[in-house]
Amino acid sequence: MKEGFIPVGEGLPSQWTEGDETITRTTAWSAPGCHNGCGVLLHTDKEGNLTKVEGDPDCPFNEGRLCLRCLAMPQTMNDPHRALYPLKRPRDQRGNPDAWERTTWDDAIDIIVKNMKEIKEKYGAHTFMFNQGTGRDITYYQTYLASAYGSANVLGWQAGESCYLPRISGMAGTLGGFFLTDYSQQFVDRYDNPDWVAPETLVVWGANFLNSNSDGNMGYWTIELMKRGTKLIVIDPRLTWLSAHAEQRLRLRPGTDGALALGLCNYIIENDLYDHDFVDKWTYGFDELKEVCKPYTLEKTAEICWLDPDDIARAARTIATSKPCAMQWGLAVDCNNDEAVPQAHAIQCVFIITGQIDNPGGNFLPVDIQTYEGPGFSTGLLTEEDRNLKIGVDRFPMYKYGSTAASGDAMLECLETGEPYQMHGAWIQSASPLVCCANDPDRVYNAMKDLDFICMIDPYMNATAQALADVFLPVCMFPERNGIALTTGSQRAARMTKVCEPKGESKSDPEIVLEVGKKLCPEHFQWETVEDLFTDFIETTGVTFEELEDLQPIYPPFEYYKHEKGLLRPDGQPGFNTQTGRIEIYSTMFQSMGLDPLPYFEEPVPGPVSDPEKFEKYPYILITGTRRPAFFHSEHRTIPGLRRVNPDPLVEIHPDDAKDLDVHDGEWVWLTNYQGRCKRKVSVSKEALKGVFTADHAWYYPEAGPENLYDVRELNVNNLIPYTTGKSGFGTNMKANLCTIEKFKED
Amino acid sequence: MNGLLVDINFCTGCHSCEVACKNEHDLPLDNYGIKISKVGPFKIEQQDWVFNYVPSLTKECDLCHERVERGEKPSCVLHCLGQALEYGPVEDLVKRMEEIGSSAQIMIP
Repeated sequence: MKEGFIPVGEGLPSQWTEGDETITRTTAWSAPGCHNGCGVLLHTDKEGNLTKVEGDPDCPFNEGRLCLRCLAMPQTMNDPHRALYPLKRPRDQRGNPDAWERTTWDDAIDIIVKNMKEIKEKYGAHTFMFNQGTGRDITYYQTYLASAYGSANVLGWQAGESCYLPRISGMAGTLGGFFLTDYSQQFVDRYDNPDWVAPETLVVWGANFLNSNSDGNMGYWTIELMKRGTKLIVIDPRLTWLSAHAEQRLRLRPGTDGALALGLCNYIIENDLYDHDFVDKWTYGFDELKEVCKPYTLEKTAEICWLDPDDIARAARTIATSKPCAMQWGLAVDCNNDEAVPQAHAIQCVFIITGQIDNPGGNFLPVDIQTYEGPGFSTGLLTEEDRNLKIGVDRFPMYKYGSTAASGDAMLECLETGEPYQMHGAWIQSASPLVCCANDPDRVYNAMKDLDFICMIDPYMNATAQALADVFLPVCMFPERNGIALTTGSQRAARMTKVCEPKGESKSDPEIVLEVGKKLCPEHFQWETVEDLFTDFIETTGVTFEELEDLQPIYPPFEYYKHEKGLLRPDGQPGFNTQTGRIEIYSTMFQSMGLDPLPYFEEPVPGPVSDPEKFEKYPYILITGTRRPAFFHSEHRTIPGLRRVNPDPLVEIHPDDAKDLDVHDGEWVWLTNYQGRCKRKVSVSKEALKGVFTADHAWYYPEAGPENLYDVRELNVNNLIPYTTGKSGFGTNMKANLCTIEKFKED
Repeated sequence: MNGLLVDINFCTGCHSCEVACKNEHDLPLDNYGIKISKVGPFKIEQQDWVFNYVPSLTKECDLCHERVERGEKPSCVLHCLGQALEYGPVEDLVKRMEEIGSSAQIMIP
């Protein structure tokens, strides 16, 4: 093991027996979701069935606690809806659930490899795309496969890659890295670590992480901070449990977060509350920021955001005078305004000018074991030519330098027009864009449906596979696979240990990638087994996959104030990893890409201000993507014990709006707008802000059957969301659109 | 007599207790040993919002006596994400309740 790494598991048993049961200390990741990778104790009986999952009290990440989704894992393992065998179907039978024919792994993989080879030879590897869902035990391997094959066209199908990437790619342009909220998650001794202090204030910005556990942040850590005296400021239109328990709440108009951030910056600067020393030593472009935020007086900001000026002033003062002050932002920042990058930029500035960067209890720069983005394991095999062929790079330069992804927006147009080239095939793995992440799913379906070849790899025969795939490969669950949980956020190397034989003929995502890779481009897949691959994957730790069993999880060494110690730049000099060595409030990277180097706010489109005509017809603002505890995106709808908790897709409506519209709690309605409609069950609740509806996402009814495509066409809230993005190509508007309600009647 | 204390200030309504309990006692889907209710949100005049989740126990709950005998925490207490549940003798829990000072309840099945 490399110097400085801390092995949590050293001295702890990795497996033991109690009566008839074997208990294995391991890590949960996918399948099914999420981003976290909690320490678990998996109980198995003599027949090798998973009987129970408990939280591992020795794992610093979750300290024994578990959410209901992991607790329900035995039900998931035995879920009759699971896909268990490779299937194939003639291309002209796409969408016909009766046309599937069971086949062998050899046959299925041969078909995939033959098609991929043919497409590469005839048209080039770039004409074959790889679609992935959010980051789990899939992402690295799939991106590697794409890179080995020679295609840079890897994408998630959400417009503007609007899941964390607007924030991450944006921070590459300002910080030369990214920051995380300091909950002590980087330390094995957590809240007792002598270097750590609890934030005096935690600003929760557009996140309901008690349900979402987003970006590697386990929601309950905030409860631990509250117990240690941390005060909350919650910036969210919706009244969440967190905001109801916060000291201050700003229930702003959706999509105006950028204006609020500029207003906060302006108040902090005008009242001389900023950190002079930090700004002088470590930032570039403060004077320019001062100018751009000057118009955002308290009155103007309040008017834009539907807030009280006094509340904004109070929040600004608290943020600037709290030492330390941490900020946890969420997906709203990425997808409530097409201009998400300047919005995230403005929000960062609030915490940059108050000196809350890489400080204990503030916002720290994490130490990576394996980088998600950029070259390295994932995309290292791509040539310059491959990268230049990535869809979107000519229109959006940030896709060339700031992200491994291709642009979904540009890809959609490419599929529709055949420009700059014709696409021919797709590999969709552990993602269901037509159910979950794609804006305007009908448009995406129509763009995809004529591709020469589509294969789908998933634990379930989901609606996307049913509608589009020619070959289907079944994926196994996490207790059935070996793997490395290298999760989003502050990384640690944790081991996933196989404790059950996979059901049917299902296999793990890395196994499938390795098997296909060995036949497709064997020169890049020299590993005998996935376990050999895992050892290379965590090479920076100096530990093999086998050794990890007794040591896991292992944490990399961590220090604060890395910019002062020369730990952030390749040249070893103090400073940040940017061109100027400073945090670039004025981003030279954005400037070099032809983008505005400074943060700015634009009205969300469409909206009451940007499109009054549309607003008159659709006078309610629509937030989509409300997270519920029982589900991770489109997963878990088939699990009885979880579905019981959240049985139906909801739209939350304020009691005053419900009265105006004559709709009642529990009533089914059509949520409708200029783009499309979907069915929702009304929840009348003061959680909703007056004038703003809040709707769940990623719904389908498994019970409706494949012949009805699981009712996804009626239930997908993205029917109301057009495919749009901002000037940088990152960001979209899924959380500040317009809509109204119609009484439900069957057509 | 043993019981459970819930610090309502930190129950976030995650439902982990419900599923953990069903696992431990192998309960059918309709049955609960512990169940969460939602209270609010509503605003008290001149005061702040009320938005609480509150667990209650049923006769299916045996306070996980088998686990407790093995030296483990009751399943709901271990898995509670907000660590809002505490197990122990009722007289100790009363003292804890006094320390907490507001929004707490002691439950016996």
